[in-house]
Amino acid sequence: MQFPGRRKKLIGSSQNDLYDHCLQFYGQPPLENISLTEFETFAVERLKLLKTVENLGVSCVKNSEQYTKKLDAEISKFFFNKEDGISEYEKRRKDHISHFILRLAYCQTEDLRRWFIQQEMDLFRYRFNDLHSKHKTDFLHKNNLKYETVSAEEKKSLQDKLIASSYGLSGTKVEEHDVYKVPFQDALDLVRTRKVYLLAGNAYIPHHEIVTIVLNDFRTRLSKALAMTARSLPAVQSDERLQPLLSHLSHAYVGQDYSIQKNIGKISLEQIDALSGKSFPLCMRHLHKALRENHHLRHGGRMQYGLFLKGIGLSLEQALQFWRSEFVKGKVDADKFDKAYAYSVRHMFGKEGKRTDYTPYSCMKVILSNPPSQGDYHGCPFRHSDPELLKQKLQNYKVSPSGTNQILELVKGMHYQLACQKYFELTHNVEDAGFSLNHPNQYFTESQKLLSGGRDIKKEVDMSQRSQENPASVTRPSQANSKQAHEEMGDLDSFFQDE
Amino acid sequence: MMPTSDYDPACLPDLLPLYYRRLFPFSQYYRWLSYGGVSKNYFQNREFSFTLKDDIYVRYQSFTTQNELEKEMQKMVPYKIDIGAVYSHRPSQHNAVKSGTFQALEKELVFDIDMTDYDDVRRCCSAADICSKCWTLMTIAIRILDRALREDFGFHHLLWVYSGRRGVHCWVCDDAARKLSVAARSAVAEYLSLIKGGEETVRKVVLSDPIHPFINHSLSVVERYFCQYAIVEQDILGSKESVDKVLALLPEDILSFPVVLSQYHIKKGGQYFDKEIMLQYCYPRLDVNVSKGVNHLLKSPFSIHPKTGRISVPIDLKELNTFDPFEVPTISLICEELERPRADEAEDDDVKDKENEQEAGERHYKRTSLAKYVKVFDRFLEAMARSRKGEMLQKSDLQKDF
Repeated sequence: MQFPGRRKKLIGSSQNDLYDHCLQFYGQPPLENISLTEFETFAVERLKLLKTVENLGVSCVKNSEQYTKKLDAEISKFFFNKEDGISEYEKRRKDHISHFILRLAYCQTEDLRRWFIQQEMDLFRYRFNDLHSKHKTDFLHKNNLKYETVSAEEKKSLQDKLIASSYGLSGTKVEEHDVYKVPFQDALDLVRTRKVYLLAGNAYIPHHEIVTIVLNDFRTRLSKALAMTARSLPAVQSDERLQPLLSHLSHAYVGQDYSIQKNIGKISLEQIDALSGKSFPLCMRHLHKALRENHHLRHGGRMQYGLFLKGIGLSLEQALQFWRSEFVKGKVDADKFDKAYAYSVRHMFGKEGKRTDYTPYSCMKVILSNPPSQGDYHGCPFRHSDPELLKQKLQNYKVSPSGTNQILELVKGMHYQLACQKYFELTHNVEDAGFSLNHPNQYFTESQKLLSGGRDIKKEVDMSQRSQENPASVTRPSQANSKQAHEEMGDLDSFFQDE
Repeated sequence: MMPTSDYDPACLPDLLPLYYRRLFPFSQYYRWLSYGGVSKNYFQNREFSFTLKDDIYVRYQSFTTQNELEKEMQKMVPYKIDIGAVYSHRPSQHNAVKSGTFQALEKELVFDIDMTDYDDVRRCCSAADICSKCWTLMTIAIRILDRALREDFGFHHLLWVYSGRRGVHCWVCDDAARKLSVAARSAVAEYLSLIKGGEETVRKVVLSDPIHPFINHSLSVVERYFCQYAIVEQDILGSKESVDKVLALLPEDILSFPVVLSQYHIKKGGQYFDKEIMLQYCYPRLDVNVSKGVNHLLKSPFSIHPKTGRISVPIDLKELNTFDPFEVPTISLICEELERPRADEAEDDDVKDKENEQEAGERHYKRTSLAKYVKVFDRFLEAMARSRKGEMLQKSDLQKDF
């Protein structure tokens, strides 16, 4: 008979072999058996973590205090276990297994893969940077990355040269932080641009840049692995127990992109003006107004607004009519419209060229790509407008001064989506939007739901009762914090409800 | 100065067979490309390409032994010889290999410096011409690149070769160099590149703070030669036209420079315009494409340049300052020297050589001006052999072999 104490020790030593570091490159897949429940829990929780990584990446400056605090909290939550004293082994095991499960869900399309790699990289970068320098070196050695730290004497003798070669290095930084010696073949990006000091075939990389090198390695490995996973996916998908979960997991990301048009034709063109004031997010209201006033929009504006309109249910015929009627009032005659602009509208609907059915832009895309220049009206007003102008606009739209101030505070903190949410709350006269905004079409849908009353008011009541017991909490990470993991697990299906 | 026989390209068909039978240093050549026999089939899987009479070009030539190499070259009498990569299979059998599996695996890291690329800053010559005044550019190029490849990149075995007409080549033969990927080769070449821009660009060198140690090292080489080269030899301030060219590189507000001391100038990088000018006139111009490709074919050392008749000889860096491309022997000269012994050869040597004539064909070059260049090549090969031996000792020490 074995005493529990002794047994734990035995397991401990083999556990230590398996997970000899808190971080890993996820090179080897897990080999054990796990329960279906654990399979699901792990996957869902990691997905929540990755969604948080994504949102924080947009709304905060990476590595700012806020970013760090919030991500830290989310990571702790991920590793939290209802039993006391979750062991280091169990943490690492959860990390390992959950990553591999999500690979199954996110290997199928280029978009999914790109998303997954991006979030995993951001997560890895954060965790790596958080390591104590000794553990960093440990990690490098354990993963066969031949990166040694440079001795203090060598650092001192090379100090001037190091400062002259690497971006962001100063005398104190060289003294205080590690510098790594890496074979130049492993630092090609830095070598190519001559942003590093080379000596005898080694690149001398300051600690803040070693993570870039490690990340490149991480990305390459993960990218290859995902391609391989995709190939063995059919076998996995044929397992009936797993198939629904996996498709829910990836759908949880894809389902939000409004690429599938619902309610086509339910909106009539006459309604658009009214809708723009009631249910459009500020960016689209802005674009609509500019279009009406100038009878024209440039390409960036046409794309952002045009796709949004497609997302709310405009048909191709309606869209053509809409744009033509507006442009014709301006400098463009009907012929020119049909020749030039009509093509691009049809293109948006996937009827031309490579027939890609373009998806309406998410908030992230609007905020991060293609900033507007002079004469443009696209972009996110909370991100791209001068605060003074934004203030004026809000006042014109009858937002209260206190509300406007709240919005401006959020903008100052770079929480553009939260600012827009606040705008929603103020214009709809509700305390809490009840959703976490990340897509202009989501704004529209939520607004329409709210305004049409009924079931949605009840949803609001539910909201206030159960603290953050948000049914769609996986697809939309909630704003506030404390959740009890096991409570959520009670109703797995509710996690994946579409709106 | 050695009397140079006049070279006439029309004589090539007669001279080449003699060159390949009696003068080409096959034994050293084979020794080089075998790299100590460490990798199996390294020589056998190497691609050579020949340009034959009437410009017939043949690729994917490969040979199994030194003997076969000799026999084939004597038979085909190539006008030009290029060396390519070491492939996964024998290049001569590449058609028999399953499609997609025949791949270039290794090759020396190479650089090609061509004088025509400096035409925008040369006044004495243009295009394929060179003279002693602009040859200094090659000297500067070699010094800068040799230092960087050794000190920054840690390479040890560099063979610098005169191309036979208007430039030099560098063959980096270290094990690590031969194994470099395309991305790595291109990164090395870009690290070494400072001249950016073509016809359209006036200001081709832009320096900003802080200046990388590599640039500083390169600048000190350039500074050593600049006065003599640019001011005296090239006479860049000697005519209005060339003065204008120099002035075109200066910032427009240069006249107000001493007056306006503000940060404005420092931010603009105005304080480095003197360094930028020197670099633009003297810094080596590299063709990244030559260095990038693992399968790129480059002119072989000891091949003949058909237009000039000169032999692509290794350059002794210890004598770099006195290297004169016009003193490099032509094929006509050395063929002639074969017939008549050199005046400065000791009689003893003469006798010895005559005795050994029957024996080893390779000794014949010793009677000619080619001898000293083969010696440079020998020293290069010796250094590599010593290095390989050292590595093997290290390895066996680690494995505790006795």
